[in-house]
Amino acid sequence: MPEPGVAIHVQDLIVGFGDRIVLDRVSLDVREGEILGLVGASGGGKSVLLRTLVGLLHKRSGQVEFPAFPEAEAARRGVLFQQGALFSALNARQNIQFPLREAAHLSPSLLDEIANAKLEMVGLAAEDGDKFPAELSGGMTKRVALARALALDPALLFLDEPTSGLDPIAAGEFDALIRTLQRTLGFTVFMITHDLHTLAAVCDRVAALADGRIAAIGPLPAVLASEHPWVKAYFHGTRAEMLHLGS
Amino acid sequence: MSDQPNLTVTGDGAGALLARGAWTVANVELLERLCDDAAREKIGPIDLSHVTALDTVGAWLFEKLVRRNATQSSETRLVGVPDSYAGLLAEVRQLNRREPSGKRNEDSFVNYLARHARDLGADGIAFLHMLGAVSIALLDVLRRPRSFRLTSTVYQLGRVGWQAIPIMALITFLIGAIIAQQGIFHFRKFGAESYVVDMVSILVLREIGVLIVAIMVAGRSGSAYTAELGSMKMREEIDALSTMGLDPVSVLILPRVLALIIALPILAFLGSMAALYGGGLVAWLYGGMSPAIFIARMREAVSITHFEVGILKAPFMALVIGLVAACEGLKVKGSAESLGLQTTSSVVKSIFLVIVLDGVFAVFFASIGM
Repeated sequence: MPEPGVAIHVQDLIVGFGDRIVLDRVSLDVREGEILGLVGASGGGKSVLLRTLVGLLHKRSGQVEFPAFPEAEAARRGVLFQQGALFSALNARQNIQFPLREAAHLSPSLLDEIANAKLEMVGLAAEDGDKFPAELSGGMTKRVALARALALDPALLFLDEPTSGLDPIAAGEFDALIRTLQRTLGFTVFMITHDLHTLAAVCDRVAALADGRIAAIGPLPAVLASEHPWVKAYFHGTRAEMLHLGS
Repeated sequence: MSDQPNLTVTGDGAGALLARGAWTVANVELLERLCDDAAREKIGPIDLSHVTALDTVGAWLFEKLVRRNATQSSETRLVGVPDSYAGLLAEVRQLNRREPSGKRNEDSFVNYLARHARDLGADGIAFLHMLGAVSIALLDVLRRPRSFRLTSTVYQLGRVGWQAIPIMALITFLIGAIIAQQGIFHFRKFGAESYVVDMVSILVLREIGVLIVAIMVAGRSGSAYTAELGSMKMREEIDALSTMGLDPVSVLILPRVLALIIALPILAFLGSMAALYGGGLVAWLYGGMSPAIFIARMREAVSITHFEVGILKAPFMALVIGLVAACEGLKVKGSAESLGLQTTSSVVKSIFLVIVLDGVFAVFFASIGM
């Protein structure tokens, strides 16, 4: 049984395609109100884990539960896809309004006010709402996508490489934004990231996925001390060392 | 239900209100009504201590009540705010402060016309530009035949020519059969059934054969060209070619346009034959005219001129289809929506231009007596 205060409970999860087992008995708990960062090799199953958690992929066996939330609330989760996945036929404001429109009958004026408020929450101006996804820069796309993911005030937020493709300044601002919003709105975050700065600055705990299993999980210092060969290579490789020197 | 939100006057103090229940988006219809009702009166402090759930929508509605009355100098404020909601309410307090900078002014009809006229002009220039670029690429190939992309041209020829034969033959066969059937049915009233042969053969060879095939090619191959070039543009493949010092026109567009120019006359010829076959079959089975008589009458009715008039038009139609497809493909911008838009517009424009071209040729051939 999951302990109290656990938002996502994953037990012995197995996911595979054909003969290939991508996730081999993954067990993981995400606590309520924390930001958990997941690292792993490219093609190592991070996105598969995230897509299984949000219900886009089917599991072979194992458990995925959201013990802290009633059924209806677990279904209301926000997902920020890597490329934003904004609906290209709708402008930014309509993208944010889309889930609201589906969920409830808001008056048009309130709908606009809420969408503008969400745009400002993610650090954009209300005028940016008129732009179409093709006209948005990479950082703005991520922000609008985050605003859309937050449209219904989800208790659970899944982020797939939120800072990939952003320059270090924009990535830093996006990190700070996630942290601030998480403090204000109190949601639980499960994020995939390769950005070591994000891991250090934003995540409460870090999980490392290697060979289809969770190789290490805990606060960043504990994971850094892990003896697992892949985790060591990841955090103590040249690129990672350069960051340690810099800081 | 305890979670049902409401907003009641407590009676202690001027307009003091007590909010209860879940102030969330799920109850927004009720919440909007409550707030509208409350806003008619003067509002004093609002007690939030009995609110069981609050999200951004609820927080914004409270904030709106506070702001609305701030202008009327009454003392609206939120009291008894539970700690867990304080952060959200503080966040919402800073939002939507700036006045919206007016709606974008609506398009007037004149502006609309002007914009479309400009687009039309730009399209014409793009078309001529593409014609020039393809001509230069062709001259270049003639000067240095080794630079010609034979493999690509043959591959495209297979796609737009060879693979298109069955559907083209089927459709022109049916069109020929329908024209013959209609002709027989109506000419029978005048006892002029035998003239059906003249009608079918002249119509098919001069106009219908090439026109139907050109329209089919525009829909089948022109759209495919636009979609291919457009997705290559989207994924920066065309830019990659340019940075390697290669001309995208001679690598991508010239082989495609040449393949169309070779394929369309062949398809038009095969299509015309299929249409005549269909017409002959109907004349035999429905009109009772034996194939031998049909062929003999056809020999009297048509001369090689009719066939020339039809087939001469084909390469020009192919050129127009190819150039329009290439122009529209290169116009694709970042989004998948724009790809769909340009593909549609490629088909519509090339069919339109093919028909216009056919009209121009009709005038031309009439004036030179062909």
